[in-house]
Amino acid sequence: MEKVLVAPAPTQKDIIRRLEQESGTEVSLCYQCGKCTAGCPAAFAMDYTPRQVIRLLQLEMVDEALKAQSPWICATCETCTTRCPRGVDVASLMDALRREALRMGIVTDHRVATFNQTFLKLVERYGRVHEVGLLMEFNLKTRQLFKDAELGLPMFKRGKVHLLPEVIKDQGHVKQMFARVKQTGGESS
Amino acid sequence: MKLAYYPGCSLEATAVEYGVSTQKTAQVLGVELQEIPGWNCCGATSAHSTDRVLSLALPARNLALAEREGLDILAPCAACYSRFRATEHQVRRDAGLQRQIQEIIGMDYQARNQTLSILEVLAGRIGLEAIGGKVTRPLKGMKPACYYGCLLVKPVEYTGFDDPEYPESMDNIMKTLGAKPVAWSHQTECCGASLATTRPEVGLRMTYEILKNAQERGADSIVTVCPLCQMNLDMRQSQVEKMFGVKFNLPVYYITELVAVACGVAPEEVGINRHFVNALYHINHLPEEVEEETDQATARQKAAPEVDRAKAARKAEAGEEPAGGTAATAGAAETPAPASPAENAGASKGALKLASRIFADDEAKAARLAGILSADAEKMKKVAQLLAQDKEKAVKVAEAFIKKEAKAKGEEVAGE
Ligand code: SF4
Ligand code: SF4
Repeated sequence: MEKVLVAPAPTQKDIIRRLEQESGTEVSLCYQCGKCTAGCPAAFAMDYTPRQVIRLLQLEMVDEALKAQSPWICATCETCTTRCPRGVDVASLMDALRREALRMGIVTDHRVATFNQTFLKLVERYGRVHEVGLLMEFNLKTRQLFKDAELGLPMFKRGKVHLLPEVIKDQGHVKQMFARVKQTGGESS
Repeated sequence: MKLAYYPGCSLEATAVEYGVSTQKTAQVLGVELQEIPGWNCCGATSAHSTDRVLSLALPARNLALAEREGLDILAPCAACYSRFRATEHQVRRDAGLQRQIQEIIGMDYQARNQTLSILEVLAGRIGLEAIGGKVTRPLKGMKPACYYGCLLVKPVEYTGFDDPEYPESMDNIMKTLGAKPVAWSHQTECCGASLATTRPEVGLRMTYEILKNAQERGADSIVTVCPLCQMNLDMRQSQVEKMFGVKFNLPVYYITELVAVACGVAPEEVGINRHFVNALYHINHLPEEVEEETDQATARQKAAPEVDRAKAARKAEAGEEPAGGTAATAGAAETPAPASPAENAGASKGALKLASRIFADDEAKAARLAGILSADAEKMKKVAQLLAQDKEKAVKVAEAFIKKEAKAKGEEVAGE
């Protein structure tokens, strides 16, 4: 989608400000040296490299940044943040972009979003993550029933999976926390 | 020392070896671990990709529970550790956020305690010397690639106990256990575990890069400090091998398994037999290296007089002139049978092998060195150790030994 931006709409500025606030960093600090991209282990698979994602934000092309695959490919490894000579917290910005995209209903990667949802549902329900339940539900939702099936039996034989989830003693407490976060306008469901 | 213990979801299931070996290591090294009662999941990547406040509240509940007891927390999983440290850091910096978090968890939380990684506890709180004192089965001959992973040392603001690009705490621990870690470049590179389920084509490639670098640098195994890294490198190794048409066959350990084993615990007891890539065979069959040869050589040297007498007797029977007694000649190197009595006594295989490694292209010199070394166990040990670390130095020292001996002989001759 081609887009020519003459004057950025004010809402875009608001979104950028929110992204900056949530990630505790400023996109204007970046001088486009590309060190973040050079060290990024996942850049090879991204449509916009980490440096380019920051550039999009500097140019206030927020839509483009929110629709990019990159934030969903980012593995949150913190290499970019550690190496940036200007102190830009690139990893947190990627994080903030994912959350912003969720909030606006733009989800480029349904697999990642579904995985996260399934994961948090389990935490809400049991307090802990039951790995078998997580993978089964995830594969069911994304219709890849036999993915990783070859690993299932060996795991079971090694006593590494429990077929039933464990529920923590004080589970009501964790449920309450989820409820309170939702009340304050969170996106945890 | 007493610490609150946060196992996290993985250590109870897929990473059961990590949990068991952490407890065992703590027991062996005299650390009391008190599991946080009713702990909940830290939320991992899923929470902070979804909601910032939730991603801080989930760890905060556990932190607050430990704070009540006035304890610092050991979180062996690098992902949990990272989320805990991020939470502490942000709550300490932002009073408004602290209030919000307290309301959500319904508990008091001041972030007065701190979360420790397994490396901090081992190398910092317990200390290398104390660990070294407990080692009864040194991991000699093991050449691991110490893999710290991405989250344990990055970003510095949260973690900060080791260098983010060239960390060395794990390498130091492994050296204390008797192993020889290799130098490699992927020690803090991300293994892509978080993408393995959702985007395998990306995740597996990242895993491949790490395995490849370890293999190229001559590692015989990988040591990890994170259940996600271990699972990814171990369980998915066969997937990676299939995808890229290569063979790695690199066992992937947890540091705590190795500490426990080096301190005398049976490998099966800490779950080393439960790995996907066969680690049990590897740990039980570490190659014997130069250092071991020294020990053997010393043992053999002790037995040498008898062996020599037996040899001489056999030779005499065969009608040969018994070796020994003739003047030392450099030409004796042609047949490895040494000529001087001193050399004869120690013509042990170990010394010959060591000497021929040092003077690979000078047989005469090698034979002389073999003689000197076998006569003096201390010298042998020194050269062997040097060779393992720095060949050039070993050669220099060997040359010096030869010179010294020549001088001593010369003086004897002059004195006569
Ligand atoms: S490393 Fe920092 S300054 Fe350089 S391009 Fe990346 S974000 Fe910008
Ligand atoms: S945190 Fe994300 S963007 Fe940054 S280096 Fe790692 S994978 Fe790349």
